[in-house]
Amino acid sequence: MMRDERTGTGLLAAAALSAALVACGGRPGGGATGSQGTTSSGKSVVQNKGSDTMVNVAQAWAEEYHKVNPAVAVEVSGGGSGVGIAALSKGSIDIANASRNMKPQEIEDAKRNTGKEPKEFIVGFDALAVYVHKDNPLNEISIDELAQIFAEGGTAERWSQVGVKLAGEKDDKIVRVSRQSSSGTYEFFREHVLANKDFKQGSRDLSGSKEVVELVGGTRTAIGYSGMGYATPAVKMLKLAPKKGAPAVAPNVANTISKSYPLARSLQMYTLGDPQGGVKDYITWVLSDAGQKILEQSGYVSIPPDRRIAPAPAAGGSAPASAPASPR
Amino acid sequence: MTSEAARPTAPLVRAARPAWAIFGERVLVGIIHVSGVSAIIFVLAIFLFVFREAAPLLFSDRFSLIEFLFSTEWYPTSASNVRYGTLALTVGSFAVTGVAMAIAVPFGLGAAIFLSEFCGRRTRESLKVVIELLSAIPSVVWGFVGLTVMSRLIVDFTGAPVGVNILNGGIILALMSVPVIVSIGEDALKAVPDSFREAALALGATRWQLVYRVLLPAARHGLLAAVLLGVGRAVGETMAVLMATGHAAQIPHGLLDSVRTLTANIAAELGEAPAGSDHYRVLFLTGLLLFCITFVVNLTADLVVRGRRRGEP
Repeated sequence: MMRDERTGTGLLAAAALSAALVACGGRPGGGATGSQGTTSSGKSVVQNKGSDTMVNVAQAWAEEYHKVNPAVAVEVSGGGSGVGIAALSKGSIDIANASRNMKPQEIEDAKRNTGKEPKEFIVGFDALAVYVHKDNPLNEISIDELAQIFAEGGTAERWSQVGVKLAGEKDDKIVRVSRQSSSGTYEFFREHVLANKDFKQGSRDLSGSKEVVELVGGTRTAIGYSGMGYATPAVKMLKLAPKKGAPAVAPNVANTISKSYPLARSLQMYTLGDPQGGVKDYITWVLSDAGQKILEQSGYVSIPPDRRIAPAPAAGGSAPASAPASPR
Repeated sequence: MTSEAARPTAPLVRAARPAWAIFGERVLVGIIHVSGVSAIIFVLAIFLFVFREAAPLLFSDRFSLIEFLFSTEWYPTSASNVRYGTLALTVGSFAVTGVAMAIAVPFGLGAAIFLSEFCGRRTRESLKVVIELLSAIPSVVWGFVGLTVMSRLIVDFTGAPVGVNILNGGIILALMSVPVIVSIGEDALKAVPDSFREAALALGATRWQLVYRVLLPAARHGLLAAVLLGVGRAVGETMAVLMATGHAAQIPHGLLDSVRTLTANIAAELGEAPAGSDHYRVLFLTGLLLFCITFVVNLTADLVVRGRRRGEP
């Protein structure tokens, strides 16, 4: 009898412990790095702050760059594009990460506060593809229709309601595949497709980009969204139309880079004036093949070599006429 | 006379153990005491920690306990209207656990009866090894089996659109709780005195009559405890259900609907919730809710075990 009782307490303790472990175990690369004691030992520290979408890749860049150039430590923190830009315009950081362009007002603020003009460097692209099962006859969809399927209050529950006839399915209820609410992909989709409304309840909220594509690939009635790089032969990427009736755009690298694809955006780094020294070396490295490879590994779209605009080679000189303010 | 003279010396000789032996024994006794008490200390400390993290939100006026417990709308990161309703998650947890128990209890108790009453010694030893091996498989592996093998089987056999659902999670959890039920259940049956068996056989009972007329009633408290411990195992499981249930926050309408459980929700969201935010605190509150559920289940098990002890002569 003693044995049972003991097992009971042990089980309770185990359950509690597992809860606490879950509680304590943050994911690696989730947030700020914090200080690494670099000021005492390192020669130079680059402060890098901003977009939460970019925080994982920024972290990966910083770690890899530390191996390439141990003399420079890059400290990365998130908070959002706006937070990073605000910090830059106060002059308290070296590089701001932003998944949107700086607004004219923000550029004015930065100029007034620091006397320097912010410089923009496009360091990569981010594109979401909308996936369906490969047997789904649908080839293109509009953002409005997507909102009807995914948004709270949206009316589309069945494939027949969006004009799709699935052969050999008794039940054509749309299986919505989404991401867990902490994911940047989730927020990007919510902002650009649902216009910041909430998702309809009952979507399968998976915890990885790859899992979304796998589930869609195994489910004939499913629709989901994930990074463009995750496509498999079992799924089909839909062309997207910004509005119903407008021409649909295929998700590919060219359309991502030209931003004609509705769910594409560029990822920027901003500096105050032309970057110097360690900051310049770092951005140059981020735009090198090695840096862009890390970007791809993090699930983003890299910039083709001929489109990369690195910091001006002449250190200290005035910016050339084609300063990388906006390459488009 | 000589014996009288020797008498007082005898206890002295016995007490004259070396000082290190006495000291060592005290240390050992102390260590055993501490390990005995440590489980309680840990549970209390963890409860306090979880409570401390959740308390600022629990007692703030922008938080409604009624909404937390009875609303099905879980929108922790909504841009316009943040809602923290856990009913769908609680129902999800209970649904998966219920299915798991519906599968695990017959199999677990059946295996326990077979092990303790019907099989030979050699079969029993090898079966026990295999069953204990079953409980040593990590839950991530179970989850992976659910996500890949089981989900495909479920789609093939039931025609469900998605293979990750209550049934999948229930089967996986059942496989995980069976070892617990079998080993505790077998102990309970073993604890029934042999005189009961002998008396039943002497009265001409068949083996089957012996089992269901004598052993099951006699061991019913122990068997119930085994089942409740299995429930505790199933309610608290995180990783396997996260992978096998589909993780959809909704009230299910059937076995083939996807659900999200309380545990899986914490695992999926806590890593990214900013420390100190409402979302972070509400996840700790979810942990507290889970803690209460597990506590009630274990307390019930404990009371049942005590009831059995009191009932015994």
